[in-house]
Amino acid sequence: MVDGTWKVGDVVRTRTETPSARSIQIDVPGWPGNIAGQHVDVRLTAPDGYTAVRSYSLASSGPDARVELAVDRFPDGEVSPYLVDELRSGDQLELRGPLGAWFVWHATDTTPVQLIGGGSGIVPLMAMIRAHAAVGSTVPFRLLYSVRTPEDVFFAAELAELAANTVSPLDVTYVYTRQVPPGWPVTAGRLTRVALAEATLPAAGDPAVFVCGPTGFVESVATWLVELGHDADVVKTERFGG
Amino acid sequence: MAVISRGFFGRRREENPALPPGQYLTEDFPVLSAGPTPKVDTADWVFSIETESGDVHAWNWEQLKALPIEDINTDIHCVTRWSKFGTSWRGVSLDTLFKDIDTSYAYVMAHCYGGYTTNMPLADLLGGKAWIAFEFDGEDLDPEHGGPARLLVPHLYFWKSAKWIKGLRMHKTDDPGFWEQNGYHIYGDPFLEQRYW
Amino acid sequence: MVSHVDGNALAGPLAELFQTDMTIAAIECVACGDIAELAQAMVYPDPMGFVVHCASCEAVLMTLVTATESTSLDIRGIARLVFDRN
Repeated sequence: MVDGTWKVGDVVRTRTETPSARSIQIDVPGWPGNIAGQHVDVRLTAPDGYTAVRSYSLASSGPDARVELAVDRFPDGEVSPYLVDELRSGDQLELRGPLGAWFVWHATDTTPVQLIGGGSGIVPLMAMIRAHAAVGSTVPFRLLYSVRTPEDVFFAAELAELAANTVSPLDVTYVYTRQVPPGWPVTAGRLTRVALAEATLPAAGDPAVFVCGPTGFVESVATWLVELGHDADVVKTERFGG
Repeated sequence: MAVISRGFFGRRREENPALPPGQYLTEDFPVLSAGPTPKVDTADWVFSIETESGDVHAWNWEQLKALPIEDINTDIHCVTRWSKFGTSWRGVSLDTLFKDIDTSYAYVMAHCYGGYTTNMPLADLLGGKAWIAFEFDGEDLDPEHGGPARLLVPHLYFWKSAKWIKGLRMHKTDDPGFWEQNGYHIYGDPFLEQRYW
Repeated sequence: MVSHVDGNALAGPLAELFQTDMTIAAIECVACGDIAELAQAMVYPDPMGFVVHCASCEAVLMTLVTATESTSLDIRGIARLVFDRN
């Protein structure tokens, strides 16, 4: 279900996720519901009529008219600093969506799923993880989440809870690129092909794979996945730029 | 029906009467890119001017640098609404390059490494109005900003100052280049706010 | 370093034109013949317009410009677009 019309939503709640990011819940009258992984375009309008439009993935899915975004502040950005630092409950926000029919997971899919996220790339993957838990799906779900430091994990508490969920299995592996938590068995460093192979579902099982995050991260990971035997056609990618 | 976003003003925008209509002043130098950044080694770099007779005049990097070089201090205006005052460049004037060119055609198509094109009247390249620029702000021109060299035609919207310039071809008619084929104005005078068709 | 995103970014602007999601359409590149979903194409961050490049050969597939009064869509880099209606 894709909807290309602009709608006006009311911001109902904001929550700090990391030192640079915030999740935002918005009530959108007339929301047609969305599939996990879809995104919206957000439009800001200044008093003189100047507009700026940016795409943000939804962390939520389903028929509920309350949707959730999670935005990371890009220091030189025009829109993200506003959404993270200025926007507050009671404000209105223009959204176009839901959008995207490709980078999506349907709760009726029975293939095991490997999710790989870098930084704010976790957002659409979180929608999939939440949808998976909401229907009590027993499909194996594995998440590999790469962040700079432990403070940069979005939805940290919720991920810990879901990883302990016994009905809908979620296996979470973190990779810390700049600073590790105390007692962590490895030193900080970027994800490598070897670590990727160890932490992810093997190609032989034909899992569905979703990779999301900064462009450089996504392209390295996608290349390695194909080298590890995954069919390029089942590796779905969404690049956030940067 | 737009909803005004409380507290949103876009990038810091200074009002200034010296600005063309619809522009705002910026201190940054935004990088706009319609495609991958071409990687051009100055050892392989060539700039050429091709006339209607098929004559090609070409300069390699050393030959270009051996020509009279000018210091340029100018305002630049992007169609995406930012303007920058007092930018400084160094480059070779198109008057120098066209000195021995024999042409009766009145229009030019700029061709670039990477495939970008843009068009303009020859008159807009002459009379001290345009340069092949290879330095910005005292440093070699960054590839992101069009280095090794870009066309600099500051009296027109900045999409006409073609990055990664490779050559000019004389045209009989004002044929549209890339953005001009895609909805942007054929001439592009910022003071007449000629943004789109 | 200017980084690109991918064709997922076109979902909104094209939904305005085509009333459906075009990012799942399979696009055949005129220049190299490669066929891939629009979602996989390379899209560079130029505020002048969306310029969509073939992920395989970098040739321009299409250009979308939203001007004040109209939208311009140039698709001369696309040989064929196949849309699965299911």
